[in-house]
Amino acid sequence: MNTVDYTQEVPIVEGRPTLQEINELIAKPLDTKPDKKFYIALAVTLSMLTLGVIGLGLSFYYGTGMWGNNNPVGWGFPIVNFVFWVGIGHAGTLISAILFLFRQKWRNGIARFAEGMTIFAVMTAGIFPLIHIGRPWLAGYLIPYPNQHSLWVDFNSPLVWDVFAVSTYFAVSFIFWYVGLIPDLATLRDRATSKIKKTVYSLFSLGWRHSNRHWQHYEMVYLVLAGFATPLVLSVHTIVSFDFAVAILPGWHSTIFPPYFVAGAVFSGFAMVQNVLIFIRKIFNYEHIITINTLDRMNKIIILTGSMVGYAYAMEFFTAWYSGVQPEQFTFINRAFGPYAWAYWIMVSCNVLFPQLFWFKKIRRSIPIMFIIAVLVNVGMWFERFVITVTSLSRDYLPSSWAYFKPTFVDMAILIGSFGFFFTWVLLFTKSLPVVSIAEIKSVIHGAQPTHEGH
Amino acid sequence: MTDKNLYCYAGIFDTPDQIINAAKKVQSDGYTKYDVNTPYPIHGMDSAMDLKPSLLPYVALVVGFLGAASALFFMWWTNSVDYPLIIGGKPFFALPAYIPITFEITVLSASIMTVVTMLFVIFKFPNNSHPLHDTDYLKQVSVNKYGIVILADDPKFDESNIKQVFASLGASQVFPIFYHEEVINFKPRIFEPKFIWFLIILFVLVSGSTYITLNKLMFLPPYNWMMKQNKVIVQEKSEFFKNGKGMRMPVEGTVARGFLPYEFVNKPELAAKDLLNPLLPTKYNLELGKTKYNIYCSPCHGYHAEGDSRLRGQFPNPPSLHSEKVRSWSDGRIFHVITEGQNVMPSYSSQLSREERWAVILYVRALQRSLNAKESDLP
Repeated sequence: MNTVDYTQEVPIVEGRPTLQEINELIAKPLDTKPDKKFYIALAVTLSMLTLGVIGLGLSFYYGTGMWGNNNPVGWGFPIVNFVFWVGIGHAGTLISAILFLFRQKWRNGIARFAEGMTIFAVMTAGIFPLIHIGRPWLAGYLIPYPNQHSLWVDFNSPLVWDVFAVSTYFAVSFIFWYVGLIPDLATLRDRATSKIKKTVYSLFSLGWRHSNRHWQHYEMVYLVLAGFATPLVLSVHTIVSFDFAVAILPGWHSTIFPPYFVAGAVFSGFAMVQNVLIFIRKIFNYEHIITINTLDRMNKIIILTGSMVGYAYAMEFFTAWYSGVQPEQFTFINRAFGPYAWAYWIMVSCNVLFPQLFWFKKIRRSIPIMFIIAVLVNVGMWFERFVITVTSLSRDYLPSSWAYFKPTFVDMAILIGSFGFFFTWVLLFTKSLPVVSIAEIKSVIHGAQPTHEGH
Repeated sequence: MTDKNLYCYAGIFDTPDQIINAAKKVQSDGYTKYDVNTPYPIHGMDSAMDLKPSLLPYVALVVGFLGAASALFFMWWTNSVDYPLIIGGKPFFALPAYIPITFEITVLSASIMTVVTMLFVIFKFPNNSHPLHDTDYLKQVSVNKYGIVILADDPKFDESNIKQVFASLGASQVFPIFYHEEVINFKPRIFEPKFIWFLIILFVLVSGSTYITLNKLMFLPPYNWMMKQNKVIVQEKSEFFKNGKGMRMPVEGTVARGFLPYEFVNKPELAAKDLLNPLLPTKYNLELGKTKYNIYCSPCHGYHAEGDSRLRGQFPNPPSLHSEKVRSWSDGRIFHVITEGQNVMPSYSSQLSREERWAVILYVRALQRSLNAKESDLP
């Protein structure tokens, strides 16, 4: 036991904390009053949110003419932001479901938080299709229900698939997240001292008592949900990409879109999760739970998906050339050297070039550098959606209808507001629920599992 | 001990190895009503307790298939039966286009139902209270201890024996757990009227508010501005104009587009003399005349112009068009009758254009000739 055994994996939790210590550490943010830094952060995000609310108010009062959307570019910022935020959500499900199926135990420390971010990101994304329909109070028409017009939605339309995909994604992510929370809520219930907290925790822990006759079914349900969430997460961004790929617009009409979008979504999502976790582990002293090894592994996934995205960029050019279709060829030359060349080269440098620095182990394990690279990845991924949406629309088949898209102040306000909305939820989450799964992290610390003597 | 009942005997262990051994021992001793409580799932505990594999995946399988089938059925019914629409040249039942939604509904229904089944069947929701809640035992096993309980209603339950077994297995604490009868209810509460009422009220509230929002609220002001717009609709009143009508009359002397005045009004003789059929008896003109004759003329005059009305006396029968009189009329004279009407026959000038009237005359001539054919007409 005392000799170093190199056949052993790197420990997921460093420093051999006791189960009691894990409990106290993870419950601490919920027991203590928020400090000044929390309020400052909340003030910042709420200010951003307020800016977004003002932007939305102007849009509702004066109409969507307040946006930069013009005649060929009907899908401006709202769709760019929608695709961006749905993509951010994908990392959470990948971490909690796909890595669970692959038995990647290092996910246990970050899964809860990433899942929470999935839910908040999908909530943020959901705002944009609703405001983009122009009359958000008529959003009920997106749902097939027996209505006064005896009309049904068009089930052949990718936009309707999107409604089903995103709402299913939200519902299943939420269920998955809540099922994971039940044992932790029970643990919190049993250590709660105040009456209100105890009542709330009792209510939401649904009578959980850590019984193995329950754990047995619970683990099976968790496995089943992970099995469902895995194809689901792949389907969601696939269907988002159909919004583009089913259209005949050059630059959109491409079969590479589904895998390309999914890789891009995981890429940007991991960058966002990594960014936020760097703060969380520092502020709440979780450095031994969310270890540098975990961040290292996340950076490896960033370089993998980043390279897939880079491959897709190259392949788009190849396909355009190889197809021999002139409008298609023009679209791609126009992307790289046309009026939106600036956006295109921001995208390529942030998504393809900078993540390649993660080939160096030192950079993968250096927190300031990985933080900056991940921020750049998110900038790049936002611009990827901008490039796909706007450049294709602004110069389509008919040169007489070409127009340059310029975002307005209201567009920018809503974009900033979406970040405010997302991070407000993240901040409230850190103070109201355990951001690391207590039960899951306990099950992977040293000595948590029986040795099965002799087996 | 009057209001306290013995629920179980509990043993608390400090390491996962001990709890696995304890579970194996209790299982092999033949106890059936016992349970193990651990802060996280312990590997190998299911086989130590000899638990059968969970059946919940079958719920997911069955509900998933049902969800897929009902989604497909619903899309087929809406787009092929209730309101058939051809969209993008696809068939009414466009299976490839229906795959995404079928998949989403499969995942959604199976996920929800698996979790709901777990909550209601395994966790016995809404039963939220249990003798173990709020005990020192649960407070320890939810943090860092591993506990095992043997229930008092186990057929082999024997206090002294259990104490001895737990102690020999290395339990750090062994103690009984009691409960108050009036606090703990073991009966399933899912059928309690309170819970059923809760579900009914929830159902009514959700479906009612959805119905009102989607079918009533969205048609109330200010959301009805598409329906009520500030514009004049045909045949509507208007207080703005003197004559009280929203529609405006054309300027006096306006000639309608394509209008040609008929210059032989009340002058049949002149029409007979001056009007000439501009059409040749070509196949096209005869076909046109036949079509129009069969639509507008044949109801009274009959398909063969013999005056054999299909109206069964509801309207006076006209005379045969094969009479000497009509046969000797010029085309212009017949044109005058179609245009102006004659006796009870109204004018057909609004139903038949000038060209069509001449084509009908050509067809009538053909009918007349067919009934009075000369030998020289035979080929």
